[in-house]
Amino acid sequence: MTATIESMQPTFAIMCPAIVSILILLFGKWPNIRESWTLIAAIAQFLIVISMAPVILAGNIIECTFFTMLPGVDFGFSVDAFGLIFAITSSFLWILVSLYSIGYMRSLNEHAQTRFYFFFALAIFGAVGIAMSGNLFTMFIFYEILTVSTYPLVAHEQTPVALAAGRKYLAYLLTSGTFFLAAIVLTYYFSGTTDFVNGGIPNLASEASRAALMVLFVIFLLGFMKAAWMPFHSWLPTAMAAPTPVSALLHAVAVVKAGVFGIIRVVCYIYGVDLMSALGLGLALVCLATFTLIVANLFALAQDNLKRRLAYSTINQLSLIIFGVALLSYEGIEGAMMHIPFHGFMKITLFMCAGAIMVASGKKNISEMAGIGKKMPVTMIAFTIGALGMCALPPTAGYITHHLFVHGCEEAGGSMTIFPYILLIVAILDVMYFFPIIYTAFFKKSKDGGDRRIQEAPIFMLIPIAITATVSIIFYFYPDLFYISDLVHTAISGLMGGHP
Amino acid sequence: MLCAVEHFPVLIIVISLLSAFTIFIAGWLNKKSCCFISFATILVQLVMSIFILHHVLTAGTINYWLGGWSPPWGIEYVVDALNAYVLVILLFLALVCVMYSKRNIEHELPHKIVSFYVLYQLLVTGLCGVTVTGDIFNMYVFVEIFSLSAYALIASRGKIALKASYTYLILGSIGACFFLLGIGFLYSVTGTLNMHDLSLLLPPLYGNRMVQAAFGFFIIGLGIKMALFPLHTWLPDAHSFAPAEISAMLSGIIIEVSTYAFIRVCFSVYTVNFLKLLPIFDILCWVAASGIIIGSVLAIAQDNLKRMLAYSSVSQMGYIMLAVGLSVSSHNELWGGLTPALMHILNHALMKGCLFLVAGAFIYKADLWNISDFRGLGRKMPYTCAAFSLAAISMIGVPPSVGFVSKLYIILASLDSGKFVFVAIMLISTLLNLVYFWRVIETMYMKQEEGAHDHSSSRRDEVPASMLIPILILASLCIIVGIIWLAEIPMPIMDSVNSLFGLSGGMT
Repeated sequence: MTATIESMQPTFAIMCPAIVSILILLFGKWPNIRESWTLIAAIAQFLIVISMAPVILAGNIIECTFFTMLPGVDFGFSVDAFGLIFAITSSFLWILVSLYSIGYMRSLNEHAQTRFYFFFALAIFGAVGIAMSGNLFTMFIFYEILTVSTYPLVAHEQTPVALAAGRKYLAYLLTSGTFFLAAIVLTYYFSGTTDFVNGGIPNLASEASRAALMVLFVIFLLGFMKAAWMPFHSWLPTAMAAPTPVSALLHAVAVVKAGVFGIIRVVCYIYGVDLMSALGLGLALVCLATFTLIVANLFALAQDNLKRRLAYSTINQLSLIIFGVALLSYEGIEGAMMHIPFHGFMKITLFMCAGAIMVASGKKNISEMAGIGKKMPVTMIAFTIGALGMCALPPTAGYITHHLFVHGCEEAGGSMTIFPYILLIVAILDVMYFFPIIYTAFFKKSKDGGDRRIQEAPIFMLIPIAITATVSIIFYFYPDLFYISDLVHTAISGLMGGHP
Repeated sequence: MLCAVEHFPVLIIVISLLSAFTIFIAGWLNKKSCCFISFATILVQLVMSIFILHHVLTAGTINYWLGGWSPPWGIEYVVDALNAYVLVILLFLALVCVMYSKRNIEHELPHKIVSFYVLYQLLVTGLCGVTVTGDIFNMYVFVEIFSLSAYALIASRGKIALKASYTYLILGSIGACFFLLGIGFLYSVTGTLNMHDLSLLLPPLYGNRMVQAAFGFFIIGLGIKMALFPLHTWLPDAHSFAPAEISAMLSGIIIEVSTYAFIRVCFSVYTVNFLKLLPIFDILCWVAASGIIIGSVLAIAQDNLKRMLAYSSVSQMGYIMLAVGLSVSSHNELWGGLTPALMHILNHALMKGCLFLVAGAFIYKADLWNISDFRGLGRKMPYTCAAFSLAAISMIGVPPSVGFVSKLYIILASLDSGKFVFVAIMLISTLLNLVYFWRVIETMYMKQEEGAHDHSSSRRDEVPASMLIPILILASLCIIVGIIWLAEIPMPIMDSVNSLFGLSGGMT
């Protein structure tokens, strides 16, 4: 019943940020006009993307092809349920982050704002392109565009620290890009195609030997350093030198999500679940993810800088997504796919709160935040909601996905059944580093009696924070907001048939 | 009765040569006219070359007998898809450079305007001559014409440039000698100088030591001319001390035309069958691969931007030669044969042309040579720096730029010939390119100017439009042509070249 529909919708969605980036440059001298272009494009893009959902839910795939790059490889977009999830997440969050950055950049009177908005729009262009590409080559093109366009954002402050962070960022991610290219070319060499196929490329297993496939998978993983799996994670905490909206972009909207998105694409749509388990790669990937899960949380415990602690939490949560897909079971993959938007909303709340605290009080370290909860109640309540989500506690979206991961482990059976206990340990560690922040903010009294001038951040920043925090809770009661859970079910039933 | 287009090969040369003398005389009367005459001539040549390309693709090879003497007695000009393609590239870049040169030369060489344009026109004549001729001795003559004009043009800035030019003169002459020796050997064995005739007479003699030695001479001779890795020593000095447009021509066209001559000798004088007798091309691959890596490593060590670009050219010539080396063993219809090599000839001309012109713009505006002095340039010269960034990103090979397409095709070709090690070389080279180009981008945009605390303090100070437009044209082509390659629009040219030389999968 899967039908392919030719439509220009994906192109329109992708062109929104591309066109607006040019408009931003042209209207650089008039900040109000410049920012309204960003908002208009963000909303337009979201509407186009969400309008594709009913069509996709009916079991169709929306395609538009431009030209053939290599025999068997077209340059074009092909939107399926999984891609649409990522596209919806990043385009919706773009609206909020744009609002937020208007507040943030203007309050701090940041320099080079035109450059900032220009590259921000380009990064969204890359992210949505990744979400909608129908094969690995197209994906690679947008993947590299995303890497290069985020560099000026990471190094935005232009201080030596920021420059070093930018350099490290590029060194890791472009190196990883070459691995990705190598993996793509090898896949193409073996199978003659790089299209994403439900259940994997059929002739991959017959054309390449077991050892070759294993090596190829390792190259693929190296190609997705954007997913910040350990020990290739250190670019991410370093990149915290960037302004907070950029951190939000990196962590929730685009960059790291592109990494895990890519891993899920490779596991489910290039290798396929059956081939993965036949090669024993599932268990290997689970072990890798578990290692990162625990070690990242241990690192997080040691951080005093709030943004760095959140960065390690992101590394942890990304590995959770990898963990879920590596279980190769129905509910594991379901959890992994759902966690992409869920984690996006929760983590962006946390980052925007961290930024709001910085704008309002200038404080970056947790130890300085005593009593801040009373001065900035809205911000800190939103922060608490996000933190609850990270710790997998109800009533937040995080609970749902963790629940699915545990079920996924049981469903996978065998040696996988010990992993729920590890997830429990990880959740306890989460609690250990998030609750002290909340405690410090609400219950500790600051020594100097607190600065009276501290008050809530500007309204432009509070609105997005409130929205994302609310959405994180709504997801708990109604996971079908923005069609997310339906899309996930459509995607998985394409992959593995019905629910077992 | 020949149709008009079939006269164009000879007209391109004659017009260019006459124009050189016209410039000389007109320059006496009015210095300002030189540039316009040169521009007009090259524009006409470019239009002709496009007609030639179209004619070659639709109606087949053009054979023009000079003076009506039939070959092998007379000189013959033969234009097939390969020459026509190279001719278009070379004239296009020459046109862009001449447009750029107007203000730059008035600024840099105010007393030598006339001689500059005379020599420039002779350079273009020589390059066109090498490209269109079908006679190997005639090719040698044209190689000498363009080399001699290049020596003089490099020396035109005086002082240290004289030394650079002298080194190039010595090495270039040695190269030309080897080339001539090779021709002499072939002539003594076969008694002919016509390429087509040679390719018919040579096959029974492939075992002959003279013929094999001649091939060795060709490799060494042209290897020097095209700065193939161990023979590249003249290049960094020559590139860095020449005026900007000459650097761009040297790097973007002159060494490429020498590569064209090499390809022509390999495939039109000798044939694929000869190349399959000995493992020459396998060795060539390894030489090229070491050139790719060492050129890049040396580029990292440079602080002078033009020297860095020059070493990068050594590495990029490695790309082209690696692709030539793989051409015999990779048989795919799309990326087999000479396709990646020809592709990179165009791509490198665009990227390096743009980069050298930008380097010239920095020198023109603020006399900045060293990368460490580029702080804050991103604000002062936004368009120039943006063009540099685009070209640099292409060199690194970020899609969908031209550099990415070349890299992809060379990787696919090496997989096709089963030489996996070159895949690794290409990928490592990407990272090395990243190191030395990103350093420049970072300094231009991200590092603060010393003493400037206020961001708005540095005013915009761009180069004049006649210099900016060529830069921007080349930079935007770096992306546009990349997409055109990805869409496989120019592939008929490539297919026509490959089938001509009996390369590539479908044809064997």
